[in-house]
Amino acid sequence: MMKRLLYYMKEYKKESILGPLFKLLEASFELLVPLVVASIIDTGIANRDSSYVLRMGGLLILLGIIGLTCSITAQYFAAKAAVGSSTAMRKALFEHLNSFSYKELDTIGTSTLITRITSDINQVQTGINLVLRLFLRSPFIVFGAMIMAFTIDAKCAAFFAGVIPVLFIVVFAIMGITIPWYRKVQSQLDRVLLHVRENLSGVRVVRAFNRQQDEMDCFHQDSTTLMNTQLFVGRISGLLNPLTYAIINAAVILLIWTGGRQVDAGILSQGQVVALVNYMSQILVELIKLANLIVNVTKSLACLSRINKIMDREPGMTEGTVADQKQKKNVPCVEFKNVSITYEKGADAALSHVNFQAYPGETIGVIGGTGSGKSTLVSLIPRFYDVSEGEVLVDGRNVQDYTYEGLRSKVGVVPQKAVLFSGTIRENLQWGKKDATDEELYAALETAQGREIVEKKEKGLDTEVLQGGRNLSGGQRQRLTIARALVRDPEILILDDSASALDFATDAKLRKALREHKKEATVFLVSQRAATIRQADQIIVLDDGAVAGIGKHDELYQNCEVYREICNSQSSAEEEKAHEA
Amino acid sequence: MKRKSTLKRVLCYIEEYRLYLLASILLAVLTVALTLYAPILTGDAIDYMIGKGAVDFAALLKLLTKLGVIIAATSVFQWLMNLCNNHITYKVVMDVRTEAFDHMQDLPLSYIDSHPQGDIVSRLIADIDQFSDGLLMGFTQLFTGVMTILGTLLFMLSVNVGITLVVVCITPLSLLVASFIARRTHSMFKLQSETRGELTGLIDEMVGNQKVVKAFGHEEEAIAQFDEINRQLQKHSLRAIFYSSITNPATRFVNSMVYAGVGVAGAFAAIRGVLSVGQLSCFLSYANQYTKPFNEISGVVTELQNALACAERVFDFIDQEPMSAEPVNGPHIEKVQGSVDLENVQFSYTKDRELIKNLNLHVKPGQRIAIVGPTGCGKSTLINLLMRFYDVDAGCISVDGTPIQKLTRENLRQQYGMVLQETWLKSATVRENISYGKPDATEEEIIEAAKASHAHSFIRRLPKGYDTVLSEDGGSLSQGQKQLLCIARVMLCLPPMLILDEATSSIDTRTELKIQNAFAKMMEGRTSFIVAHRLSTIREADVILVMRDGQIIEQGTHESLLAAKGFYAELYNSQWAV
Repeated sequence: MMKRLLYYMKEYKKESILGPLFKLLEASFELLVPLVVASIIDTGIANRDSSYVLRMGGLLILLGIIGLTCSITAQYFAAKAAVGSSTAMRKALFEHLNSFSYKELDTIGTSTLITRITSDINQVQTGINLVLRLFLRSPFIVFGAMIMAFTIDAKCAAFFAGVIPVLFIVVFAIMGITIPWYRKVQSQLDRVLLHVRENLSGVRVVRAFNRQQDEMDCFHQDSTTLMNTQLFVGRISGLLNPLTYAIINAAVILLIWTGGRQVDAGILSQGQVVALVNYMSQILVELIKLANLIVNVTKSLACLSRINKIMDREPGMTEGTVADQKQKKNVPCVEFKNVSITYEKGADAALSHVNFQAYPGETIGVIGGTGSGKSTLVSLIPRFYDVSEGEVLVDGRNVQDYTYEGLRSKVGVVPQKAVLFSGTIRENLQWGKKDATDEELYAALETAQGREIVEKKEKGLDTEVLQGGRNLSGGQRQRLTIARALVRDPEILILDDSASALDFATDAKLRKALREHKKEATVFLVSQRAATIRQADQIIVLDDGAVAGIGKHDELYQNCEVYREICNSQSSAEEEKAHEA
Repeated sequence: MKRKSTLKRVLCYIEEYRLYLLASILLAVLTVALTLYAPILTGDAIDYMIGKGAVDFAALLKLLTKLGVIIAATSVFQWLMNLCNNHITYKVVMDVRTEAFDHMQDLPLSYIDSHPQGDIVSRLIADIDQFSDGLLMGFTQLFTGVMTILGTLLFMLSVNVGITLVVVCITPLSLLVASFIARRTHSMFKLQSETRGELTGLIDEMVGNQKVVKAFGHEEEAIAQFDEINRQLQKHSLRAIFYSSITNPATRFVNSMVYAGVGVAGAFAAIRGVLSVGQLSCFLSYANQYTKPFNEISGVVTELQNALACAERVFDFIDQEPMSAEPVNGPHIEKVQGSVDLENVQFSYTKDRELIKNLNLHVKPGQRIAIVGPTGCGKSTLINLLMRFYDVDAGCISVDGTPIQKLTRENLRQQYGMVLQETWLKSATVRENISYGKPDATEEEIIEAAKASHAHSFIRRLPKGYDTVLSEDGGSLSQGQKQLLCIARVMLCLPPMLILDEATSSIDTRTELKIQNAFAKMMEGRTSFIVAHRLSTIREADVILVMRDGQIIEQGTHESLLAAKGFYAELYNSQWAV
């Protein structure tokens, strides 16, 4: 795990070493301060030597200035290394997840990925920064103070050796107890959050069933549990400061007592006792810092390991080499040969043994119930997933032979969910083709029944689309996403239930326009509406991942029971009769 | 001004726990006083050891015993103070949180619909959390900090005025430096968080819609765009982090100035004989203690300001106008017959855009009303009004002849069973979800409802059957399965009137066909309002309302409307056209 972190820090090797080094330097000067004060007392005051006192005062200020310079330098190096390496890590992570196939995206989930690349990396950055700044400094001061104490008087210093482990034990014990409890607090907070979110999204249902009071009661319960846990943790973590204070000061009492004996025996001077007491308080301050640091570093390490899990995930597909394959006459534009796919090991196949051929210019309808495998079928054509068995061919070549770019530039996909990106409408449409002219864009809009959307806007193609297309209605978004796919002038056009937000009239117009303007393209129409696909050259009827029938409407209506059921469920018997007649 | 009233309100919440507050203040005073007293004793102790053979052990022992007691007392007081502070903070936060949540249940839907869910959630969770952190920190540090400063000054003055002046003169420097840096870094932090927001926005879009990015081969552009912002972020972060990290060394430097000043001034005083060595040592430890709270306080003040800003957002939510009051002693209908009348109803969501005007409709008990029309024509609005999620602007809706404003909302809504297109399920067991409208339903009733809605077979296949806990929003269930559960939920309580808003939109047509029978049985003798896209579901209605732009433009049966060759006929034919 650390190896990867070090890899990103490599570029900042100099900073990562110099940072802590300067910090140590600062700490060393800080450790000298009690010694200087001791000499002021023992030499300056004892000999009534004012100029010595002044000189030592000057030395203190000098030590302060050197310390300041060192520590600012250290902060700079630490910040540079932390920010730099986490920037590199963020970039690497973003690039890495761009290499994922749909399969990884499905299993990891996008919200997880977003957290990894945003808050997790930020936490790692904080962690690196803190470690570079403090991780050496605090132990150095703690042990340095002890060593300095030994140079003054071994007998007194023995207390230091005794107190430091006790302090460590107390600090770690309290943290060891509280950290798991803090995790519990977090999960209870999550419950409270869930409750709020649910009550907002389900507000109509809650009110329709008159369950407001129960929801409130339930919330109060969760909220009270949370509070009680918080109080409990607070009780333990609130011990940290008083306990360490008590331990340090107990040590100070013993120190003074022993110091008194040593002074009495003439081994120690008054000033040296003062210095020893000072070292003891320095330890206390640093120890508290160290405890905070450890909490933070533990958090960062957890984040780092989560990031690592993502980075270790290899993309499940590898690119082929064919970048350009011309379309050939009499060769199927798309062909499925005995295709099966299983998303997860042990699960049922999402598609099994599918065979069909689609020639250039044909319209292929795909129909079936929810979960019958319609979307899966079409997503195999641009190789969003790899098949588990069989072959998918585009223009006579296995899709796995193509480069992603080479394959996907042939395909225009209109996904189920109409997604637009922030930017202008023009920029959104140009996703299909980077250098598309306004004429091309308008032509695509025309076919997609979206021309009026743009024309109604004051700024036309330059209208800003807000993130997620919030400022457009569902139907408008859908028509724009269709236009986006058309701009590409694709060989294969896939409409994956993409007209669901359109009313029947617009849907019909769209299909008509597609047939007129995109004669050469092979069009895949996925739908639950029988009306949408009934005119198709071939209709593939899916039922639970298996092909129930392939053919034209009339044949299927005669021979395929599943298809007949679908049609009948959507139209009245009389109409069917009329149609047959 | 507003900040001030927010503070006042926070204090009102705290007042509830004034005993704890009082105890906390008392304990803080004690803790600080004792903490400050300890160095004096240490100093005295050092004065008892003048040199070789000149140590007063008897006095030293007595003194150290005293010190021991004081330290033990300080620790105990400090712990108790922590407990009080925790108690106040967490209790207050819980009070605010529950009040906000309870208030949410009383808010009109117009508020909830018009505010992003994320915004409300962040007020109730993130803001309250931040508020709690700030409050706790304020209690523990601000208070003791101020006391420590005052106490130290007092103690120092009582020992030696001259040296105290040295300390007092140098410390403002520390504050100045800290505030100077804070002011400079504020803009850098703002820049950093803006850039961070921009980056998060991009990540949100590109990762959230990674599939579309892949489909269009947009990865490289996305990476380039990311790289650009990432670099910006690096620049801004480095600045913000570096400059803000100067604060500590800088204030530490000022501290060491104070320390040096005290050391020199103290030594001179000692040479002149006005100060003992022990007192000097005591002063030195004060000098350390005295400057620390200053640094902390500046941090605490920002934290407190932040907490108040958060509290303000929460209070702002709590202050939102609740729904109009429920009628007192109004009529109560046990079970309606099912006649619904709309007279001259007018309604609009926003004042500038009229939606429904002069809507008239009379529904007889047991009638089946289908509502048809293009998106945005007002179908869902009509349901909002029937359920009284929104109140009409003018006109009147009555049920069994009683205007619905005269009924309590609860009484009105008891009469309706509702299935919406948006399938909402609670994160609870399947059983709890089905019995949501009738919590005391028996096992048999639940299973019967599930069977009627064709949900039983898939529920049985779930890992724990009816006891399977669904995660948020139904978790791994398909949209269709969720819809089946919503239907089961209504089937279980079977109220006298039904509202089905695209109730079967996500169920494939074959399953739908099977459910239709159950629906038909359910609708028998019940007034029902059905919104659907699929005309096949609508055909069997007693009355079809065709809506367009908030108006009912056509009304009649399927046959009569087709014969009229109007908008309905156009809609219907387009389904089978081409």
